[in-house]
Amino acid sequence: MSYSITEPSNRQKWFAGILVVGYALLTLLPLAWIIATGFKTPADAIAYPPKVIFSPSLEGYVNLFTSRSRVTPEDLAALGPPTTWYDAIVRQYDMVINGPSRYGERFMNSVIIGFGSTFLSVFLGTIAAYAFSRFKVPLKDDLLFFILSTRMMPPIAVAIPIFLMYRQLGLSDTHLGMILLYTAVNLSLSVWLLKGFIDEIPIEYEEAALIDGYTRFQAFYKVVLPQAATGIASTAIFCLIFSWNEYAFAVLLTSGTAQTAPPFIPTIIGSGGKDWPAVAAGATLFLLPIMIFTILLRKHLLRGITFGAVRK
Amino acid sequence: MAQIVIKNLRKEFGAFTAVQSSSFTIEDGEFFMLLGPSGCGKTTTLRMIAGLELPTAGEIYINGTEVSQKPASKRDIAFVFQMFALYPHMNVRKNISYPLVSQGMPRDQVRAKVDEVAKILGITALLDKPVGGLSGGDRQRVALGRAVVRDPACFLMDEPLGALDAEFREHMAQELRALHDRMHATTVYVTHDQLEAMQMGDKIVVMNHGVVEQFGRPQEIYDWPATTFVATFIGSPAMNLLPFEGMVGHGATSVMLAGTEVQIPKMISGSDGTLVLGVRPEHVHLDDAAAYRGRIMAVEYLGTTQIVTLDTPLGLVKARLSSNKMVTVGETVGLRFDARSISLFGSDGRALISTANHGVLHHG
Ligand SMILES: Nc1ncnc2c1ncn2[C@@H]1O[C@H](COP(=O)(O)OP(=O)(O)O)[C@@H](O)[C@H]1O
Ligand SMILES: [Mg+2]
Repeated sequence: MSYSITEPSNRQKWFAGILVVGYALLTLLPLAWIIATGFKTPADAIAYPPKVIFSPSLEGYVNLFTSRSRVTPEDLAALGPPTTWYDAIVRQYDMVINGPSRYGERFMNSVIIGFGSTFLSVFLGTIAAYAFSRFKVPLKDDLLFFILSTRMMPPIAVAIPIFLMYRQLGLSDTHLGMILLYTAVNLSLSVWLLKGFIDEIPIEYEEAALIDGYTRFQAFYKVVLPQAATGIASTAIFCLIFSWNEYAFAVLLTSGTAQTAPPFIPTIIGSGGKDWPAVAAGATLFLLPIMIFTILLRKHLLRGITFGAVRK
Repeated sequence: MAQIVIKNLRKEFGAFTAVQSSSFTIEDGEFFMLLGPSGCGKTTTLRMIAGLELPTAGEIYINGTEVSQKPASKRDIAFVFQMFALYPHMNVRKNISYPLVSQGMPRDQVRAKVDEVAKILGITALLDKPVGGLSGGDRQRVALGRAVVRDPACFLMDEPLGALDAEFREHMAQELRALHDRMHATTVYVTHDQLEAMQMGDKIVVMNHGVVEQFGRPQEIYDWPATTFVATFIGSPAMNLLPFEGMVGHGATSVMLAGTEVQIPKMISGSDGTLVLGVRPEHVHLDDAAAYRGRIMAVEYLGTTQIVTLDTPLGLVKARLSSNKMVTVGETVGLRFDARSISLFGSDGRALISTANHGVLHHG
């Protein structure tokens, strides 16, 4: 066996492998548990010792999407046989379906607010980062520090002033209000990340475009943007993850119209006993969009993280 | 095609002055070299001509029109960047087409034009390749293609061969010059390599610390440097400079060097104090009859010639001699200088005017 300085030895490879697999299990286990719980019956969900093998049920999902009320067995019998499979599930517990739950609405709110604020953060961030990277901005370093300082305190520290301000401005519990708030929080991250990416793009490309007869804006749009795509994609993922999962502001500032899924999901527990499968089902569906988004942009994300390192 | 006139051009970056007050003229169709050591303001000057940098003061005329405050896109120039700056997200054809597309030229015309340029540059086979995998020379050709395709009024090139390895530079330099001879487009070319400037240029501007030291044909600049800086910057080995205390007046034909008389061209201007005598190594001859003497310190063999270093009363002198000439290290010999080719510099480092150099230095 030959010895190499750069190639790790077999033992090192094994060790690294175990470490990676161990870490992956550690992070994936809770996820797997949530997904599994979504397909259990309430009884299975709280069984002790915990059930790893169980017969799957869609009860959680049915409960997630419906609002139900309890009826007496006589009334139930008077209704006749259940017409749909989900009616059948509900009636096992002496309940009937009144209508759809609010989960769908809350989920849509999350989509609008999450993607809306991500778009705004990345859009404004790109423009600001370009200016910081390319132009002589007075007090540039102070401004950059100031922008970052908005991230230095916990959100809860500014929650009360924002709550009061939003009430005055009529922004409480509105989509616009939440989009603006998440944009404000994400913008600092987005400016800093994107400035790094744009700094890496040689200015000669734009100058070449200027000389080739394009305006400054065309040069930005046709030459800088395509090359910043990687940076923009990874920044968008980070912004989306934050605004998608944000809980504290959402709990404080939304209650009805603009409530997002994170503050809504826990309320499911209260509405029908300890309905853990419904909560787990809600969480599972909530995970999906961000997983799809990340997987779609994964190639960019990986390239983005190693950007400075591998670029010639 | 274009004539470019630079008048009192100045550029300050904050408190730092990158270009002091440059004036020179680039005639239509000339291959013009901006030469000087690194940091002397060549790139800044070129960028001002291009419109990528606005001058602090002064004027730039392209074909008689003052353009110093106009945007780059309005100047009808092409710029070849040191690192080529090919758009990395486009293939070769797109890169070369780009300037034409911006003018709104119809597709089929763009295609025809790009094909024609690619043929001239010998890169037809590369047209559909991404620029990422190209070799240095091919990148250079694509960058040239992007410049040539537009038929601009002039080409500006910032050390275009700087990114190539030595072997390939020579070849590319010839290709560039051949391209120029074929197109006769006014070209301004920045380099810090005096050999490159001498070989390729029709005219040269020599800059130092933001100041234009001299402006003229390569031969003129080589033979009659306007300052001691030019004398040492151009030529390898550099011109020998021998400082001495003395005085020359109008009409003088000789100076006293360490007690021996040395013939010089007939002077038109005069000076006194610490003067400097300049003589190129090829104009130094070993002659036992000569009164100015030196001891041979070292010999460097260069094939047909040899460089002999001598220790003389006023400092080291290098002589370029034929390799046939037998020299012995340690020997003391007489040095004779070609009188007609000697330059004299005043204490300010500027050449004094003589009958030999006044033709060059007056219109410079
Ligand atoms: N944008 C700038 N800001 C400040 N100083 C600059 C700038 N561009 C060039 N300089 C300075 O001006 C001087 C001349 O630069 P440059 O024209 O690039 O020199 P050269 O091309 O001859 O090597 C250098 O000292 C450089 O540091
Ligand atoms: Mg330069």
